[in-house]
Amino acid sequence: MSDSSVNIVEAPAGVEGAGFFATSLDNLVGLARANSLWPLPFATSCCGIEFMSTMASHYDIGRFGAERLSFSARQADVLMVMGTISKKMAPVVKQVYLQMAEPRWVLSVGACACSGGIFDTYSVLQGIDRIIPVDVYVPGCPPRPEQILDGFMQIQELAKKESTRRRNEPEYKALLASYGIE
Amino acid sequence: MNDQIIEALQAQFGEEGVYGIGESHGILQVTTAVENIVPMIHFLYAHPVFKFQFLTDLAGIHFPDAKGQELGVIYHLHSLENNVRLWIKAYAPIEAPNFPTITGLFATANWMEREAFDFYGIIFEGHPNLTRILNMDEMDYHPMRKEYPLEDATRHDKIDELFGR
Repeated sequence: MSDSSVNIVEAPAGVEGAGFFATSLDNLVGLARANSLWPLPFATSCCGIEFMSTMASHYDIGRFGAERLSFSARQADVLMVMGTISKKMAPVVKQVYLQMAEPRWVLSVGACACSGGIFDTYSVLQGIDRIIPVDVYVPGCPPRPEQILDGFMQIQELAKKESTRRRNEPEYKALLASYGIE
Repeated sequence: MNDQIIEALQAQFGEEGVYGIGESHGILQVTTAVENIVPMIHFLYAHPVFKFQFLTDLAGIHFPDAKGQELGVIYHLHSLENNVRLWIKAYAPIEAPNFPTITGLFATANWMEREAFDFYGIIFEGHPNLTRILNMDEMDYHPMRKEYPLEDATRHDKIDELFGR
C-alpha cells in the first residue's frame, strides 16, 4: 500500500509488535467516531449557503468522514447550526437536539448562531448556547468553507479525545441539566 | 383619475368623511374615520369605473405623540384594470385600537391583519383567527410599538460605556 495515494488516518498511540497492536478502547472508539461523524445541517440563512459549498465537491466535507449528511436527527452525530435562529425557531432547534442520540456534538457556525450576530433584536435568539450546549463555535459572517472545515476538524479532535464514559459523568449531566435537558 | 376618486368618495362619504388628502409618487392618499373603512373599501371595490379589487398591503403604524389617534392602519388598494393605486389611512386611540376586519372582502387581509395585531396590538373585530403570526406565541407585548426597545432585553454583555451611551 506504500504507493497508494489514499490517505489513511494515523493509528492512535499504542503498543505495536509482530502481528499485534494494542491500544486503549477509548482511542479506538474515538478514532472510529471521529472519522465517521454524520452531520445534521440545520441551515437557516446565508451560513447555510457557505455550508452547501463546504459540502459540495470543491471543499468536500466528505474528506473528513462526513460524506453522509444525516437529515434524520436520530442518526446524526453533529448538529451543525448555521444561520440566524429566531426565538420562534428556538424550540425547533432544541427538539432536533433532543432527538439526537448520544454521543452528540454541536457546531455553531457563524456570528448569528454563536451570538445573534448583527440581529440584536427582540425576535432573535442571542446565540444558540442559550438553549443547547455548544461544542465548537465558528466565527464569521458568514465564515468561509475553510473555517467551517476547521470547526468540523475541531469536533473531530473532541471526538477522538473523548472518554467513552464522558456522557455518563456527573459534570456532563449537570451541563445538560443547566439547559433543562435530563 | 385621482380627482375623480376624491370627488366620488366625498360624494359618498361627505367632505368631513374624507380628509388628509395628499399625493405621493402619483399615488392618492386619503384619511377617513374607522367606521368608514369597510363601507369605503366596499364602495371602491364595487365602483363600476375604479374597481379597486386588489389589496396590495395592509399595515399598522404607531405615532406615540398623536394623542387620541396613536395607532393607524393603512390600506394599499390597487385597481388592476386602471393601474391606479390608493392608500386609505385610519387612526384609533391606543386605549381602544379597534378596527373592523376586511377579511369579508379580501381573504388576503387575514394574515396582514394578524401581522398588524402581532406587532401593534390592533384589534380587528370580526377577524376569524386573530392570533400572533410572526412572533413567538409566548410573547406578551406588541414589539413595534415605540415604547418597547428594539434590542434584545436579555443581553447582559452590552455595557453602555462601550457603546458610548
